[in-house]
Amino acid sequence: MNKTRASGRTVGGLRTLSLQAPAVTLLLVWMLVPLGMTLWFSLQRYNLLMPGMTGFAGLENYEYLFTDPALWSAMGTTLLLVGWVLVITVVGGTLLAVLFQQDFAGRGIARVLAISPFFVMPTVSALVWKNMMMHPSNGVLSWVAETFGLPAVDWFSSLPLTSIIIIVAWQWLPFALLILLTAMQSLDDDQVEAARMDGAGPVAIFFFITLPHLKRAISVVIMIEMIFLLTIFAEIFVTTSGGPGLATTNLAYLIYIQALLNFDVGMASAGGVVAIILANIVAIFLVRMVARNLED
Amino acid sequence: MKLTRSLPMATLAAAIASASQAQAQTEITVATVNNNDMVIMQSLTDQFEQANPDIKLDWVVLEENVLRQRLTTDIATEGGQFDVMTIGTYEVPIWAERGWLAAFDNLPEGYDEEDLLKSVRNGLSHDCTLHALPFYGESSMLYYRTDLFDEHGIDMPEQPSWEEVRDWAAEIHDPDNETFGICLRGKPGWGENMAFVSTLVNTFGGRWFDEDWNPELDSPEWQEAISFYVDLLGNYGPPGASSNGFNENQALFSSGKCAMWVDATSAAGRIFNPDESSVADQLGFSQAPVAETPKGSHWLWSWALAIPASSEKQEAARTFVEWATSKEYIELVGETEGWTSVPPGTRTSTYEDERYIEAAPFADFVLEAMQGADPTDSTLKPSPYIGVQFVGIPEFQAIGTQVGQTIASALTGDASVEQALQSAQQATERTMKRAGYLD
Repeated sequence: MNKTRASGRTVGGLRTLSLQAPAVTLLLVWMLVPLGMTLWFSLQRYNLLMPGMTGFAGLENYEYLFTDPALWSAMGTTLLLVGWVLVITVVGGTLLAVLFQQDFAGRGIARVLAISPFFVMPTVSALVWKNMMMHPSNGVLSWVAETFGLPAVDWFSSLPLTSIIIIVAWQWLPFALLILLTAMQSLDDDQVEAARMDGAGPVAIFFFITLPHLKRAISVVIMIEMIFLLTIFAEIFVTTSGGPGLATTNLAYLIYIQALLNFDVGMASAGGVVAIILANIVAIFLVRMVARNLED
Repeated sequence: MKLTRSLPMATLAAAIASASQAQAQTEITVATVNNNDMVIMQSLTDQFEQANPDIKLDWVVLEENVLRQRLTTDIATEGGQFDVMTIGTYEVPIWAERGWLAAFDNLPEGYDEEDLLKSVRNGLSHDCTLHALPFYGESSMLYYRTDLFDEHGIDMPEQPSWEEVRDWAAEIHDPDNETFGICLRGKPGWGENMAFVSTLVNTFGGRWFDEDWNPELDSPEWQEAISFYVDLLGNYGPPGASSNGFNENQALFSSGKCAMWVDATSAAGRIFNPDESSVADQLGFSQAPVAETPKGSHWLWSWALAIPASSEKQEAARTFVEWATSKEYIELVGETEGWTSVPPGTRTSTYEDERYIEAAPFADFVLEAMQGADPTDSTLKPSPYIGVQFVGIPEFQAIGTQVGQTIASALTGDASVEQALQSAQQATERTMKRAGYLD
């Protein structure tokens, strides 16, 4: 790390620390102040609509939060949502990456088209899916169902969580595809050629050469997606508002309900703290997994 | 060199000039809902500014739920972003009690306070003083298509019962031809499905709370009312009913897809307008249906303009609010936009105006419904709260939203009515305990 500058003074040890200090301090303040305030609010009795009822509440907010059946259902929904979207995007993304790696006419255009859903704003794609695809009377899907003589499905009331998973997966599949396709391009053609000469079929090549090669890229996809999927909000807000019942209320939406529909800042902060803890637990496992993969 | 130096000077001079101009003019920020009547109010900005050259209007027009969030957070944290707020009969008494709203005492002579409908005036008062002025008021009533009713030989009484409504819905319901028996609100929210569901529960003899604030959501009356609602809307409603709110239903009804629709009286002007509705010439109406009791069978709501106590431009804000709720404003809208577009349900004089009565055949119904709704006595058994389709306590927003969701899950069949009401009861008990009403 110790380099000699033109001036002859060394940069390293204590000196680097003092140079880094402003940036690190700023970052810490940036992170610690909101976190500290959230922790503080979560211990307060603080409802915007009841100015009289204030003061230290101790763990009351947490007590109400943890005895709320909505919390557990929201955690389950969050995990289901993240899990299914990950499965769909990773499996689908890998298959599509292999497909788009092949040479065929119009490959460039096809690739752009396949990647484009990722660039649509979440609110917009939710609206498109709600009003043009899944609408029980005007939607494309109900038209398709009817041409095959099947009854139209009222997606958001009969299959609410599935609908959300479909929308979110549609948005994130291109992301997985993009990363995995880039990884595919670094795959050594000679290796594949050699395997083929040795008599390996396409399936064997996929499982023994392509997939191991993609392992790192897949773990990166999983990590990045996980971070964003834990906070999915716009799609739920636009389509089902967390319902019917609690069917599509995830943690982010539960916090929103507490903070902006119930105006209960204390409870919402407690929910926020729980969400932070949950995200950190997930992150620890993920970072370890990715780090192990990257070391290989 | 000269140029670079003179340029900032010129901008500075321009800035000073515009600043001094702004000083002479007070700019007030008006927050309102994107409902039709408010959009008309916004379009008449020029008229107001010409009459009051020292006041400039800055509009923030939002969708109802978003507006409510913005206003509540703003007023509770004393943000001071708005000088005029559009709020309803639910918020006014609660906010006034907290001292958040400026009182409208000493209204000018020409304003004619006595002309305002009494039920609306009571709804917007705290300690017998108005704390907001009504922009428009509404109750609920039943709309139906006369052509379909004639075809099936059904005679509509002045006030039908819910049972009759169900039988007619079953008879007319024809989903293959995109004609549905009845359209009702299903979209969750205290101002969406719960507004309607509360009136249904009222007329079935139920109530939200007993005299000691114990929730009664698992009572037999609620069971009966919600089962009826789920059966009626689930079997004879349009597909996707659980995501239809007021606007969606209005679109369905005006495109001729619903045989009946029970909703706000304020929709009448629009669905009676041939430019916006294909059923304008076969539109019939009657009072909202009843079951056990007529009490609380139709709601009472008013959108009103209020001034936050924290506003620094109260004088100018008052001038605007008095203008927008005056007789002259109603006259102005009648002349420029047509008499069916007049903001309804606020003044007796509107219902005495020949031009309005002629243009709007539903006027009597609306007036009768508005006068018949009594927020202080809306349930069969006595209740401790004020409000017909809501409970006038701050916690109700949270409760209503939550219960609205569970009712929606009963409607989609995710949960049985019994399960839904049980979990609604538990959630409400929790909220009431937390707020200190129950031990």
